[in-house]
Amino acid sequence: MIFELNKLLKSKKVSAKELAKKYIEAIKREDRRLNSYVYLSEEFALKCAEVVDSKLRNGEDISILEGLPFTLKDNISTEGLPTSCCSKILRGYVPIYDAFVWKILKNENSVLLGKTNMDEFAMGSTCETSCFGGAKNPHNVNYVAGGSSGGVASAVAAGLAVYGLGSDTGGSIRQPASFCGTVGLKPTYGAVSRYGLVAFASSLDQIGPITTTVEDASLVFDEISLRDEQDCTCLGAKEKTFSHIKDNISGIKIGVAKEFLNLADEDVKKSVSLVINAYEKMGAEVEYISLPSCEYALMVYYIVACAEASSNLGRYDGIRYGSRVSSYTNFHDMICKTRSEGFGKEVKRRILLGTYVLSCGYYDAYYKKAHMVRSKIINEFNDAFKCFDVILTPTTPTTAFECGYSAKDPVSNYKADICTVPVNIAGLPAVSVPCGFDCKGLPIGFQIIGQKFHESKILNVANKFEEYTNACYVKKVTGGYPYDI
Amino acid sequence: MIYELVVGLETHVELSTKSKIFCGCTTAFKGEPNTHCCPICIGLPGTMPRLNEGVVQYAVAAGLALNCKIAEFSKMDRKNYVYPDLPKAYQISQHDKPLCYEGHVLLSNGRKIGIERIHIEEDAGKLIHQGGATFIDYNRGGVPLIEIVSKPDFRDVEEVVEYLELLQLTMRYIEVSDCKMQEGSLRCDVNVSVMPKGSSKFGIRTEIKNMNSFNNIRKAVQYEMNRQIDILESGGAVTQQTMRYMADVGVTEPMRGKEDAHDYRYFKEPDLVNIYVSKEQVECIASKMPELFSSKLNRYVNEYRIPLEDARLLAEYKNVAKFFEDSVKCARSEQSYKNCANLILSVIFSKFNSEEEKEIFNISVSSEEMFKLLSLQEEKKISNNMAKKTLEKMLETGSKVFDIISEADLQGVSEDRLLEICNLALNENEKAAKDYASGKDRAIKSLIGFVMKQTKGRADAALAERILKDIIAERKF
Repeated sequence: MIFELNKLLKSKKVSAKELAKKYIEAIKREDRRLNSYVYLSEEFALKCAEVVDSKLRNGEDISILEGLPFTLKDNISTEGLPTSCCSKILRGYVPIYDAFVWKILKNENSVLLGKTNMDEFAMGSTCETSCFGGAKNPHNVNYVAGGSSGGVASAVAAGLAVYGLGSDTGGSIRQPASFCGTVGLKPTYGAVSRYGLVAFASSLDQIGPITTTVEDASLVFDEISLRDEQDCTCLGAKEKTFSHIKDNISGIKIGVAKEFLNLADEDVKKSVSLVINAYEKMGAEVEYISLPSCEYALMVYYIVACAEASSNLGRYDGIRYGSRVSSYTNFHDMICKTRSEGFGKEVKRRILLGTYVLSCGYYDAYYKKAHMVRSKIINEFNDAFKCFDVILTPTTPTTAFECGYSAKDPVSNYKADICTVPVNIAGLPAVSVPCGFDCKGLPIGFQIIGQKFHESKILNVANKFEEYTNACYVKKVTGGYPYDI
Repeated sequence: MIYELVVGLETHVELSTKSKIFCGCTTAFKGEPNTHCCPICIGLPGTMPRLNEGVVQYAVAAGLALNCKIAEFSKMDRKNYVYPDLPKAYQISQHDKPLCYEGHVLLSNGRKIGIERIHIEEDAGKLIHQGGATFIDYNRGGVPLIEIVSKPDFRDVEEVVEYLELLQLTMRYIEVSDCKMQEGSLRCDVNVSVMPKGSSKFGIRTEIKNMNSFNNIRKAVQYEMNRQIDILESGGAVTQQTMRYMADVGVTEPMRGKEDAHDYRYFKEPDLVNIYVSKEQVECIASKMPELFSSKLNRYVNEYRIPLEDARLLAEYKNVAKFFEDSVKCARSEQSYKNCANLILSVIFSKFNSEEEKEIFNISVSSEEMFKLLSLQEEKKISNNMAKKTLEKMLETGSKVFDIISEADLQGVSEDRLLEICNLALNENEKAAKDYASGKDRAIKSLIGFVMKQTKGRADAALAERILKDIIAERKF
């Protein structure tokens, strides 16, 4: 879709401003029922579009993402535009600096439409812990968009943005992408700069694109995966992926993680089996593999992520920015009240959990042990990649949850992250690709996991499936959009 | 019972790198509140630290100067605690893998004080209480610190002070910190306990936080020692707690329990990568290190034969030491070393109004000119007095030695001429001569003064005195 739109702009069949207006109108029309946007930057978007149009009028060339309307998850810092992480505690906070990824896109005159909905501080898998209320699934608004990057997935699926950037700590890009029938790429830890991404769990967080096609994910990833000196854990991508997405995959070895497949419900299993058949027909060698330690990945995840979150979220005290309660007796009273009122239930739960596992006397039993298991999981993946090029799993064991379902049982909610979490634990890249619909008409996605910095490979494998199926699942989502612009 | 004092120190030294430890902001002291800040050092959501390589180099230099081993692998950790001057609610520090470890410092009484570790960390901001409100200045937030942790090896409070003075001198020497206690770039926490003399089992300790002057340290340790002894003598037990020293009343008092019972929930800082310092890098830093104070002191005493106290004054500041060494570089005699030391300590130092000026040592006399002056003095072409006066003029006017001393001056005063002038002095000051003869020893001074005035200071005062005395004895006044 990005290519087609870029061509339309270059051929002046449509102006950047027209395109931006089209999207803004669509948001105003459609988003009342979806709630995918929490902040609209209309003025800013139109100004960017005008810059692009004047460049085009002057006969200047434009780069691939230039003039394309897109969106950012509300935890990516944007100078002058609110960045609230959909938390009450950051109400009124307007950053004074840009996240690295946004800086790249801004320099390319990408047209930022607004900030999209998410679970509060990216903690959740439904988008419903957002202080603005959850984003809805465009396929059926009685179902959630998923989370935490639910707003981006919902917006992209509904044609309210060409693409969007989300963040993925335990599946927060791939799961909503899967729920909404879009493509979601979680890059290798260290491929995309985290500078300006409001931290949830620093050793797991990673920014990545949600798009309608694999090709688009590749194009966006290639633009944002630059080395950044401000984030010393970021090396950038080792190569541009786009030139590899059409590579021949015959003979490629795909391992299907059977533990994950067994957890999935019948509709998901059926769709994924069809995917496997498709790959076999394309000449790939498919085998079932076992990743036994992944059983423990969830426990590791909830210990490590909560521990880091408890530290990362300590700074929200109402002193320097964000909201502060109006009456208090002293410093401690002010912090207690501000945090009690500012944070939602899920965030509090994780801060408490994280504080507990790092506490004196419990550190060895939880945090230290979790790191030992983390190493074991990493080794297990490494061993698997000695025999296989990529690993295939369902993205989620089920399709989208019904709205309100999550609040009842947090633990079963945590369990739904089983297929995505091990990837973050091991710092690997993975992409979720739509592959069907369940009996309720909700999208199903599968996940391709690769070795560190092998984004080219997983996008190549993913794109081959899209080519093979003539992107029929994508077309059903977008209704052929944007070709009728 | 006789008790013995046991003290251990945790010393914080602010490093004088140009920029902060995790961002590019200046580390300059003072400045309008919150003007030396950026999104990183005020911990805005989404910002990330980037370790300043200079901080590691400075800390390694400090470690080497204090005879430490340098860890090939170390890492940064988060120390979580809530205080308004700490904008991220955690301090990035080093917990279980410090950069430097196992060092020591040698005191003048021959005792060795062990250094357990030196680690790098960031400083916090500053609270300003004003008119019932509290303001926060984050300028200091993110300024690099090293924390030097000593072993509990001190047995006397004077050892503590000597150690700190030595630390201060050493850090200034290697130019990693200005160590100004009044500006807070050197602060320390003092752990105090007492035990029966001769025992090897330490008593329960208390920690006196944030001491910022040698004098207060002396008083606080003394007070705390006596307090603990009193408790033990009356059959009680010392409680392990954190104290604060109230300088105005001269007592220590416990800090509130909340600040005492910290669980810092240390864990590895996920936003930074591990620190690796290779042997080659350590060698490179070592090769650039200047000669340290203690080694200079030894050399001045043993090689130049300067008295210990004078040597200490010369070696204390690097610029003074450099001027001294450059000036005597080509000198041949021990007398010249001594003359040079005397001229610096008596003439040059008297021009300075503060220790700071002394340290900066900004004077208009070059070491080359100083050497010329010393040579004239050594060859007895000018008297000590003349040397002093010439140096004073040089300092005042910035002139060179030979702008002040003319060829004629250098002719000196021959012994015949001196005899003549001495006779003249006695003739014109008969009263003084008589006074001296009748036992008033001091009367000779005015006669010498007359001679010196007549010779414009060129005469050898000692020789003149001998001649005058001889004549008085001969002529029987």
